[in-house]
Amino acid sequence: MTTETINESLVDDHHGDSHDHKMTGITRWLYTTNHKDIGTLYLWFSFIMLLTGGALAMVIRAELFQPGLQIVEPDFFNQLTTVHGLIMVFGAIMPAFTGFANWMLPMMIGAPDMALPRMNNWSFWILPFAFAILIGSFFMESGAPNFGWTFYAPLSTTYSNGSTAFFVFAVHIMGISSIMGAINIVVTIMNLRAPGMTYMKMPLFVWTFFITAYLLIAVMPVLAGVVTMLLTDTYFGTSFFDAAGGGDPVMFQHIFWFFGHPEVYIMILPAFGIVSTIIPAFSRKKLFGYSSMVYATSSIALLSFIVWAHHMFTTGMPLFGELFFMYCTMLIAVPTGVKVFNWVATMWRGSMSFETPMLFSIAFVILFTIGGFSGLMLALTPVDFQYHDTYFVVAHFHYVLVTGSLFSIYAGAYFWLPKWTGHMYNESLAKWHFWCSLISVNLLFFPMHFLGLAGMPRRIPDYALQFADFNKWVSIGGFAFGLSQLIFLAVVIKCIRGGEKAPAKPWDGAEGLEWTVASPAPYHTFSTPPNLDEVKS
Amino acid sequence: MSEGTEQKINKQAGKQSNSKVIKKLVLVVFAMFGFGFALVPLYDVFCDITGLNGKTNSVGVAYVNNGVDTSRTIKVQFITRTAKGIPWQFEPVINEINVHPGEMKFVNFYAKNKSQRAIIGQAVPSVSPGLAAGYFQKIECFCFTQQPLQAGEEVEMGLQFYVDRDLPAEITTLTLSYTLYDISGKASS
Repeated sequence: MTTETINESLVDDHHGDSHDHKMTGITRWLYTTNHKDIGTLYLWFSFIMLLTGGALAMVIRAELFQPGLQIVEPDFFNQLTTVHGLIMVFGAIMPAFTGFANWMLPMMIGAPDMALPRMNNWSFWILPFAFAILIGSFFMESGAPNFGWTFYAPLSTTYSNGSTAFFVFAVHIMGISSIMGAINIVVTIMNLRAPGMTYMKMPLFVWTFFITAYLLIAVMPVLAGVVTMLLTDTYFGTSFFDAAGGGDPVMFQHIFWFFGHPEVYIMILPAFGIVSTIIPAFSRKKLFGYSSMVYATSSIALLSFIVWAHHMFTTGMPLFGELFFMYCTMLIAVPTGVKVFNWVATMWRGSMSFETPMLFSIAFVILFTIGGFSGLMLALTPVDFQYHDTYFVVAHFHYVLVTGSLFSIYAGAYFWLPKWTGHMYNESLAKWHFWCSLISVNLLFFPMHFLGLAGMPRRIPDYALQFADFNKWVSIGGFAFGLSQLIFLAVVIKCIRGGEKAPAKPWDGAEGLEWTVASPAPYHTFSTPPNLDEVKS
Repeated sequence: MSEGTEQKINKQAGKQSNSKVIKKLVLVVFAMFGFGFALVPLYDVFCDITGLNGKTNSVGVAYVNNGVDTSRTIKVQFITRTAKGIPWQFEPVINEINVHPGEMKFVNFYAKNKSQRAIIGQAVPSVSPGLAAGYFQKIECFCFTQQPLQAGEEVEMGLQFYVDRDLPAEITTLTLSYTLYDISGKASS
């Protein structure tokens, strides 16, 4: 069977499928249980959140443009950094990946939809409420949370500005949403794979989301637990983290980072999956070392549970504890290195071309590796005492989250936009987006390394005079990076409205079931599972 | 695809039904939620064993006289601080004392309620370096109980302790720190 006949039969299925016709207007989006609709909702939501969190970051950078206090009060500055972090982690990066999972997983494994479509609708639609509570607290008397996205006790309990309850409930809702999304992903992958697609034949993209979903199921409940303790400590007189009542504030950090460290892999493993899909497509070679990639991803996930205290080296741990967490952390560099070498080996002697998805993927490999190396530096206990709580840390996690996770999301968006919209995006505008982003993001984050090494502390609205020049450049980079993201918005809107008609498989090197269906992907795909032997070209 | 055929296909492929998988995953979710709370007592046990965070005994121990090791002298320093919002003066009567391991000592701490209302205070001890906490034994301590002070009342509170003979040789100085909290609101009567 050729690709085209498959497409036709799928389109036919759509017409024959009378029980679930597309609704129109707002109710289509409110009541939808279609994985493609929900994926679209997730992606738009995360992009709006990216712009919202980005706007907060612009105010932060404007305040830090020169030393002294110009624009905002220190307390409001704290609210900005806190909500910026929360929005970017829980509102931008995580929902964007869930959006990819919804759109692509069923099509990649040959399933008609996600396994639990009604829960899928629910897990998206509670998210806007969570962020309405969080962002709404800016307009309340207490102000928004001001204790940092890590909400260390007793900052968030005894010294809270009164926003703790809103914060806790917002996080609860986000957690419930993530857990439901993760359960859906696991069930879908376990049960809805097309006949013949064994685990080790799944695309690596599917593998990374599978493992990430397990991580979410394991640690989001711990986050729910720790914020619940925070709530009862603040309002109901318990003393989990209050030394006066026999509790221990350092214990907060242990529980929080037991969630927090796997959380950072939740935000990067799907990025690995996306990049591992795109690099082979534009190198026109198979992914180098597929099974080693699967094992590397799994071992990163397992190791993430035993490294949490590397965030807390300065709390006064016994030497043995410091050494244990230092070595375990450095061990993670091994599977991560395997991945980076595999990507490079995939490109090696490939017939490469440099469309925008590939550009973002290559930038990901290089810049994520820089972020990984600064992470390795931070893992060294003795030097961490110098780097702790400085801009070096800020530089590190922005390299892995912005040029890592966010760049992979852009790569994936450009890669699958033709499949989603049925149109090719404007390549030259997209290249503008890439080059503007690449230059500005490095201007934004690279000097932060030097600022941190020179001792500039994070989360402070003012700084010593000697940091003024670098901060000015960082702020200019920040504004430029923020504006560059509007180019992406323009590309996407143009692509939805029209453009060159996209063929079913616009990238000649791409592989996978999603390219066997028409572009744009019909509302219902794979109502009958595909036969893998016939599809493989 | 109807529910029935889907289950049949899953069975053929050796897969579990959706509801079975969901039940297992939800169970994991609840277990991990519980695990978060279980970390609280686990952490206490862990700290007790390792002396992490400088936690010392919260109930008095009996003094066991195994002889005094006069070959070593340990300097024990006392520091105090008051938490935000408690208007007490709180300080050690002597700032430091030299003891031999195994030797019992008695020192006093002074507290005065400088406010116009009765306040119940609670002192929380911490020993530094943390690894030494397990060797610092309190026989009697005002931190074992709550301290109710009337407005303007002052008191001298006693601490009776000894340093265990097994204290690692490299440790020559111990610092005992007390933080005083206002627990009037949540004191158990």
